[in-house]
Amino acid sequence: MSKTVSSNRVPLYILVLGLLATGLFLTFYRHIVFDVPWLPDAKRQIWSIEAKIEFEALGQPVRLSLAVPDNQPGFERVSEHTASPGYGLAFVEEGVKRRAEWSVREANGRQTLYYQVDMLFDESSFNKMLGTPPQIETVTYSGPEETAVTQLLQRARSRSADPFTMTRELIAEFNNESQVAQLLVQQKSRERRLVEMLNLAGIPARVVQTLFLEDGRRRQSLVSYLQVFSGDEYALFNPQSGQQGQVTNQLLWEQNSGSLLDLVGGRDSRVSFSIISQEVPAARIYQEKVAHLKNAMDFSIHSLPLEEQTMFKGILLIPVGVLVVVIMRILVGIRTSGTFMPVLIALAFIQTTLITGLVGFFLIVGVGLIIRSYLSRHNLLLVARISAVIISVIIIIAVFSILAYGLGLAEGLKVTFFPMIILSWTIERMSILWEEEGAKEVFVQGGGSLMVAVLAYLVMINPVVRHLMFNFIGLQLVFMALVLMCGNYTGYRLSELRRFKPLVQGN
Amino acid sequence: MNLLQYWREHTRYGRLAAKGIMGMNCRNIRYISRYNPRSLYPLVDDKLKTKHLAIEHGVNVPDLIGVIDNQHDVPKIARITNGVPGFCIKPAKGSGGKGILVIDRVVDGLYYKTNGQAIALPDIERHISNILAGLFSLGGKTDFALIESLIKVDDAFLQFTHEGVPDLRVIVFRGFPVMSMMRLSCASSKGKANLHQGAVGVGISMDTGRAVRAVQSGRPVSHHPDTKQSLGDLVVPQWIAMLELACACYDMTGLGYLGVDLVLDKHRGPLLLELNARPGLSIQVANDAGLLPRLRRVETIKKPEKYPIVERVAYSRSYFAAQSQLQP
Repeated sequence: MSKTVSSNRVPLYILVLGLLATGLFLTFYRHIVFDVPWLPDAKRQIWSIEAKIEFEALGQPVRLSLAVPDNQPGFERVSEHTASPGYGLAFVEEGVKRRAEWSVREANGRQTLYYQVDMLFDESSFNKMLGTPPQIETVTYSGPEETAVTQLLQRARSRSADPFTMTRELIAEFNNESQVAQLLVQQKSRERRLVEMLNLAGIPARVVQTLFLEDGRRRQSLVSYLQVFSGDEYALFNPQSGQQGQVTNQLLWEQNSGSLLDLVGGRDSRVSFSIISQEVPAARIYQEKVAHLKNAMDFSIHSLPLEEQTMFKGILLIPVGVLVVVIMRILVGIRTSGTFMPVLIALAFIQTTLITGLVGFFLIVGVGLIIRSYLSRHNLLLVARISAVIISVIIIIAVFSILAYGLGLAEGLKVTFFPMIILSWTIERMSILWEEEGAKEVFVQGGGSLMVAVLAYLVMINPVVRHLMFNFIGLQLVFMALVLMCGNYTGYRLSELRRFKPLVQGN
Repeated sequence: MNLLQYWREHTRYGRLAAKGIMGMNCRNIRYISRYNPRSLYPLVDDKLKTKHLAIEHGVNVPDLIGVIDNQHDVPKIARITNGVPGFCIKPAKGSGGKGILVIDRVVDGLYYKTNGQAIALPDIERHISNILAGLFSLGGKTDFALIESLIKVDDAFLQFTHEGVPDLRVIVFRGFPVMSMMRLSCASSKGKANLHQGAVGVGISMDTGRAVRAVQSGRPVSHHPDTKQSLGDLVVPQWIAMLELACACYDMTGLGYLGVDLVLDKHRGPLLLELNARPGLSIQVANDAGLLPRLRRVETIKKPEKYPIVERVAYSRSYFAAQSQLQP
């Protein structure tokens, strides 16, 4: 019998070396030429936010005006740019009011415009919340509204000392006196009413639209907050809970009680936000909009639109997880159920956080196994049975989400991040394993998979790993080379040293 | 130099390597992927194909009673097995002994498994449905069920088994048998003959067919745990015929690194049970010997295809003999 597979390993070693060399070259190139640091540096964090505006143009002249953020305590605008082919663009500033205005003579059909801004996070300026208070506008009330407003204001004032405590008490009153509150919010929004009442009490306040900055989020929307002034100083209030304070990842997108978007000549408009966090060297920030520097040799994900970038933040981490699986299986010899199931579970853990993820995993797989053992009594065909398990998993996830939400555990909602089809197959495999090899093997393989998943998770959430994988695309080639090298390892697995231990004991 | 020597003598990794124990990675890269062409796998992964091939090449196999290849035919099982004293249902593409159902006898419409447990016709039909749906097949592919006649355990083995049929695993490399072991089922393996399920593995010397050493769950044993029979007494009858049958399996498949599972039927003699293109490594533990030195020796043979079966068997018997560690 002739050899059918080449035993010559040289071409493989050349390939591995080539990949290593190319990968390391690209990596060092980015480090040296583009000055991307090896380690993440939290002090020079830049939030890139992309607003995507979509609307249906009616074949008429279109005028579009979008509120855009300005410098503010905690955030400094580094650069902004737009992508809007065929549109005229102007930035209009009236005092603190900034808007981007697009216009075009004629547009038809679905239109998509992008506005992207890079905000530099500056922790030091976050403590001094200073701003220009707005004009106090007095609204006159009559009838039952007047009674309600006076009553609420009186109670709140009697229990407060300054504008901020006043605001908190007023929101608390609003929550306690639900009937009065309902009367008031019939015609105007809750936030507007609160501002009017604060103005009535002589306190400058306005509604601001804020955006919560979380790395890698897509399709986010703005959240209304109250901005209440005491002299030059201001504080933010959650209009629902009355909670005071601005978290460090909360950006004031619109702070002039204006609208987010004005559109003439179109309909069905929608604005959604994508957010990504980057670490950029300080030198580069002040190099004035280097973000625009798009070089052919700049092999980085940063040349893509933000929405795609956020997606790649996750995708580029997968090789790390895959390498963990390869090492655990080839070098260590851990048995897992489903080769790359652990990577997918680890990706889910990234979304859910570890503890929630583990609890969710055990709940879903546990209940799934019970349902599956019941199904096995009914002599079903395999495809139908797995489909039934998939539907069960979806029902389990839905029930857990509803239960968790009902119990006030927002964390519980995250179980939806689990890959359902994969979980169903896991349940099916474990169930068969249980029937054939007994519970022990299920725990060995299930535990092995979970251990590998947790390990992959721990590596994948490491900030240094995330930073390196996202910023140095050349590392993908290095990982490829490492995986190829593992695929060429003919030595013993760690588990085999134990398995074959009796062969070298004694004598 | 000294460092290398220290490594070979004082680290477990080095001592295993010095003994020529083959690991999983080495087996996969050096032997399976090099000597077993992917295109030949279906011949061994599909037991029906193996059977037809064996019959073509004059290799004896257990009698085929029938095949069920679609859900619609499942109820026919009652008719197919009508009048047969006992039978065995196997998935054609099963692996590791999964999904094999052995029916010892049929009394009053009840089917008795080898452990005495009675099951009804619907249970058997469900089992066949599961086989057809691919529950036991590699990668969950749709499969079909083979119904074979039962094997009568040879008298020489009666004292060495509990319920199941003991089988002989021979590793055949480039047509040369290199290592072999008997697998004896016992109560703790629930009648199964797979070592990781608790069966007893008995290393067999290649020259005489005599037991060399026995292990259960990785630990050496000297007696069968259920029958208390001394394993040192175990000698495989018709040893040369068994080895010749194993060599013939290489000639008919062309797989360079092959695991051959043989049984000895009381009436029909050596029979081919199944072939395995990815045979396991526990055979080394049962023999207390590494596969690598024997594989390397066979690798030095130029043009192994020129040797007829008789010469190959003679070669293996003279080079791969081992001293027994058991008391007869």
